[in-house]
Amino acid sequence: MAFKQVTSPHAHGAQNTAKVMQLVLWSTLPGLIALSWHFGWGSLINVVLATVTAIAGEALVIRLRQRSLRFYLGDYSAVVTAVLLGLALPPLCPWWVVVTGSLFSILVAKQLFGGLGYNPFNPAMVGYVVLLISFPVQMTTWATPLALLPEAVSHPDIIESLKIVFTSAMPVDAVTGATPLDSFKHSQGLTVDQIYQQNALFKQATFASVGWEWVNVGFLAGGLIMLKSRLFTWHGPIAMLATLALMSVVFWDSGSSQSPGSAIMHLFSGASMMGAFFILTDPVSSAVSNRGRLIYGALIGFLVYIIRAWGNYPDAVAFAVLLANFSAPFIDNYTLPRTYGHIDRRRATEKAED
Amino acid sequence: MRKTWVTPGGIHPPENKQQSLTQSIGEPPIPEKLVVPLGQHMGAPSIACVKVDDTVLKGQKIADSAGLVSVPTHAPTSGTITAIEERPVAHSSGMMALCIEISNDGQDQWLPREGISDFEHTSPSALLSIITEAGIAGMGGAGFPTAVKLNPGFQRPIDTLIINAAECEPYITADDALIRERAEEIVEGIRILSHILGNPDNILIGIEDNKPEAIAALRPHIQDTGIHLVSFPTKYPSGGEKQLIYIVTGKELPNDQIPADMGMVCVNIGTIYAIKRAVVDAEPLISRVTTVTGRACDINRNYDVLIGTPVKHLLAHNNFDQQACSRVIMGGPMMGFSLTSEDVPIVKTSNCILAPSYKEIPEDEPAQPCIRCGMCAEACPASLLPQQLLWYSQAKDHDRLQAHNLFDCIECGACSYVCPSNIPLVQYYRNSKSEIKKAQQEKIKSDQARERFEFHKQRIEQVEQEREAKRAARREAAKQAKTSTTSNSAADIVAAAQARAAAKKMSPEQEQAKLERAVASAEMRVQKAQQKLDSAVANNDTEEKINILSAALNGAQQKFDKAKARLAEQLN
Repeated sequence: MAFKQVTSPHAHGAQNTAKVMQLVLWSTLPGLIALSWHFGWGSLINVVLATVTAIAGEALVIRLRQRSLRFYLGDYSAVVTAVLLGLALPPLCPWWVVVTGSLFSILVAKQLFGGLGYNPFNPAMVGYVVLLISFPVQMTTWATPLALLPEAVSHPDIIESLKIVFTSAMPVDAVTGATPLDSFKHSQGLTVDQIYQQNALFKQATFASVGWEWVNVGFLAGGLIMLKSRLFTWHGPIAMLATLALMSVVFWDSGSSQSPGSAIMHLFSGASMMGAFFILTDPVSSAVSNRGRLIYGALIGFLVYIIRAWGNYPDAVAFAVLLANFSAPFIDNYTLPRTYGHIDRRRATEKAED
Repeated sequence: MRKTWVTPGGIHPPENKQQSLTQSIGEPPIPEKLVVPLGQHMGAPSIACVKVDDTVLKGQKIADSAGLVSVPTHAPTSGTITAIEERPVAHSSGMMALCIEISNDGQDQWLPREGISDFEHTSPSALLSIITEAGIAGMGGAGFPTAVKLNPGFQRPIDTLIINAAECEPYITADDALIRERAEEIVEGIRILSHILGNPDNILIGIEDNKPEAIAALRPHIQDTGIHLVSFPTKYPSGGEKQLIYIVTGKELPNDQIPADMGMVCVNIGTIYAIKRAVVDAEPLISRVTTVTGRACDINRNYDVLIGTPVKHLLAHNNFDQQACSRVIMGGPMMGFSLTSEDVPIVKTSNCILAPSYKEIPEDEPAQPCIRCGMCAEACPASLLPQQLLWYSQAKDHDRLQAHNLFDCIECGACSYVCPSNIPLVQYYRNSKSEIKKAQQEKIKSDQARERFEFHKQRIEQVEQEREAKRAARREAAKQAKTSTTSNSAADIVAAAQARAAAKKMSPEQEQAKLERAVASAEMRVQKAQQKLDSAVANNDTEEKINILSAALNGAQQKFDKAKARLAEQLN
C-alpha cells in the first residue's frame, strides 16, 4: 500500500487572501457611510461603477492570459482597488472619470506589471493621479457637506444622482464647493483664527472640518478593525499619522496667515485616515519589514504635509504614496530585521562570503 | 515562578492533543516481524554483527557502532534474523536503507543484564560508554548520539542543563504521557545526566503550560533536587532548541555555535528516560513512546512501541481506515514527513504517527500570488522575512538569500501555516538551501580544479625557466671560452661587427629564392580563387557570393602582380 507523499508543513491556518480582502472591504463601510451621509449618493455610485469596471477589466486580462477566471477573480483584489478608488473620487463626478480611472488602475497599474503581487505602485492611487492630472476640473469639484446646504436644499436623490453622473448634467451650484483643505489653502492673507471664523467649513465643524472630520473618523474606525484583525501592523499607519501631526506642530506658526494649519485639521481632513489605513497599508507596494514600514509611513506623512503646505495641490496622499512606492525597495535594502543568533542586522545588498 | 522570555513570532495552531491522552500508555502486541534500520541516528549507520539465521535475545546487540558519531543497534525482541537487506525507512524522501529483520519467536526473552544502582559512584566516562552502548540517540527528532552531546570536552564546561519537554507540535503527546506516568524515572535520569555533566548550576525542565498534569506529576519528584520546572505559554515552535534556550535563559544561541559553546546542553525528555533505563535497568534503547493519532484511526493513544515495529502493524491495531486518511505522517503536522509506505518501521526518533482525515488536513490548495502581507514575518520565530526569501528563491538570487539569512530558517513551517495565499514557503526554502549548498560544492570543486591547473602551469613554466637558465649558462660559458682565446684588439672588434652585419643581410641568391617562392604561392592562390569563382558561377550561387569571390580573385591577382614585379626588380 502506498501513500501520497507531501512535505511539511501539513497543517494550514484558516486565513486566505479572499478573506483578507473581504475584511478590507467590510472595513471601508464606516468611511463609505460617513461619505454618503455628508455628501450624498455620489460615493456609493462611484464605488459600484468602479467595481463593475474593474471586474470587467480584470476578467478581460485573465481571459487574455488564459487563466482561470474563478480562481483569479476570487481573490477580490480588483474589488478592493476599485472600492478604494471609488471612495477617493469626488461624489457625482461623471461616469467616464470613474471608468477611466478604474480601467487604468487595473489594466495599466496592476495587470501590465504582472497582476496581483507584482505591481510596484498602488493601483488605486495610480488611477487617481492619472485622473487628477487629466481632468482637474472634475476631480476638484466636491459636493457640499450636508450641514452646509441651504435651507430646503438637500443632496440629489439616487435617481437624480445617477442622472448627474451619466448625463454630465452639472449639479446646481449650491451643491458643490471646495474641500476644507482647498479653501484653507486659498485663504491666504487670513490668519487661522480668521479662517475659522469666516469659513463655514470650519466654523460649523465639531473639531476639524464639517463632514470631513466624520469621514476621517469612519476610516479610522475601519482601520482599527483591520489592525485588530492583524491584517497589518501598526507601524505604517502610525508612523504616517505621527509624522503628519509632528510636521503640523513644528510648522504651526501660532496660526498666522502663513500657517499651514493645525495638526487636528491635517489628521482629520482630506484623505489622511483613508491614506493611513487603507492606502499605505497595501502590502504589495509598501516596504516589507516593520522598521521599513515605519520609515515608509513616516516618509508618506512627511510628503503629505510638504505638498499640502507648500505644493500646488490641496491634498497629497496619492502623490506621497506613489513617491514612497518608488523608495520602498531601497528602504527594504537597509531595514532587514535582526535574525535570531545574529549580533547585527544585515543589508540586503551584502554579497555572499566565498 | 522562574522568569521566562518571549520569542518573536510563533503561531497557535489547534492543539489536538486531548484525543490521544484519554488512555494511559499502551503496549501493542509484538508483530511477527520487526525491521530494525541500521541508521536510526545522525552519523555513520551501525554495522551488522549478526548473520541471517542467527538467533538473538531481546536487548542483544545486532549492529556495532561505526565510529565516534554513531551508536549500536539492539534486538527489540528475541527471535531469528531472517533478512539483512534494504527496506523502506522513515525518511522524507521515501528512501531504502539497510535493515535487519527479526522474526519474533514469541518468547520475548531478555538477555541477562545487570544495572547500576549507585550511579553517583560511577565515573562519568563509564556512564557515557553505557549510554553509547545502549544505542541512545536524541529522541526529539534529530537523533544525534547523546553521549557525544554529553561530552563537550573540558574546554567547554557546562553550567546549564536544559531538558526539552515543550512538545510544541500539535497532536503529539508522547512526552506528555511519558512524564505523567514515569516522572520518577525521568527525574532519576536527570540526576544521572547532572552527575555526568559535573552537576551544572542550572537544571531547567522547559515545558509548555498546556501540560498541567505532567507538571503536577513532576513537581513532587523535583523538590529539593535543584531541578527547576520552567513552564511557559504554549506557542509553536517553542520546542525548537534555539527557541527553548531563549525562552528559559534569555540567551540567543549565536548562529555559528552549538549550545555547548555557551555552556549549555539541551536534551529531550524521552532521551532522559532512555538514559535512566540504560543505566539503572541495563536496558538498551529498544522501545519508545509513540503517539498514534488522527481521525483516520478509531483509537488515538500513546504506545510503548518496540523499535522496528512496522507502521502498518500499529495502524491496524488502531483500526486505521485508509479511505478516510489524507496522508500518513511520521511526526507532527508542522514538521513531520509523510510516509510513502506503511512498511516503514518505528525508529528511535519516531514520536508520532499521525493519520489525519481529509477534514483535519485537507489536500493543499493551489497557491495564489504573494501579496507580501507580512503575516509570515510576524509568525517567523527567527525574525526572518519569509516573503523576501520567497521572492529571492523564485529569482534564484543566492546572494540575497544569504544576506536575508536563509540558513537561519529552522523550517518550522509557521510562515506557511499563516500564509493567506497558501504558498508552500518552506518547500521553496528547502529547495534554495540545497541549491546553494550544491553551488558551493561545485564552486569548491572548480576552485580545486583551477588551483590544480595553475600549479600545473607553474610547474611547466618552472621547468622551462630552469632549462633556459641552463642554456644561458652554457652560452655564457662558451662566450667566456671564446673571448679568452681571441685577442681584444680594436681591429678584431670592427671585424666582428662587420661579420655580424653581413650575417644579418641575406645573400642575393637567398633573396631571389624567397621572392620566387612568393610568386609561386601567389599564383597558386590566384588559381584557387579562379576555381572557386568558376564553381560558384556553375552552381548558380547568389550574386552576392559571386561578387565576393570575384573580389577575392582580384585581390589575389594584384598580390601576384606585385610579387612578380618585386622579383623582376631583384633580378635587375
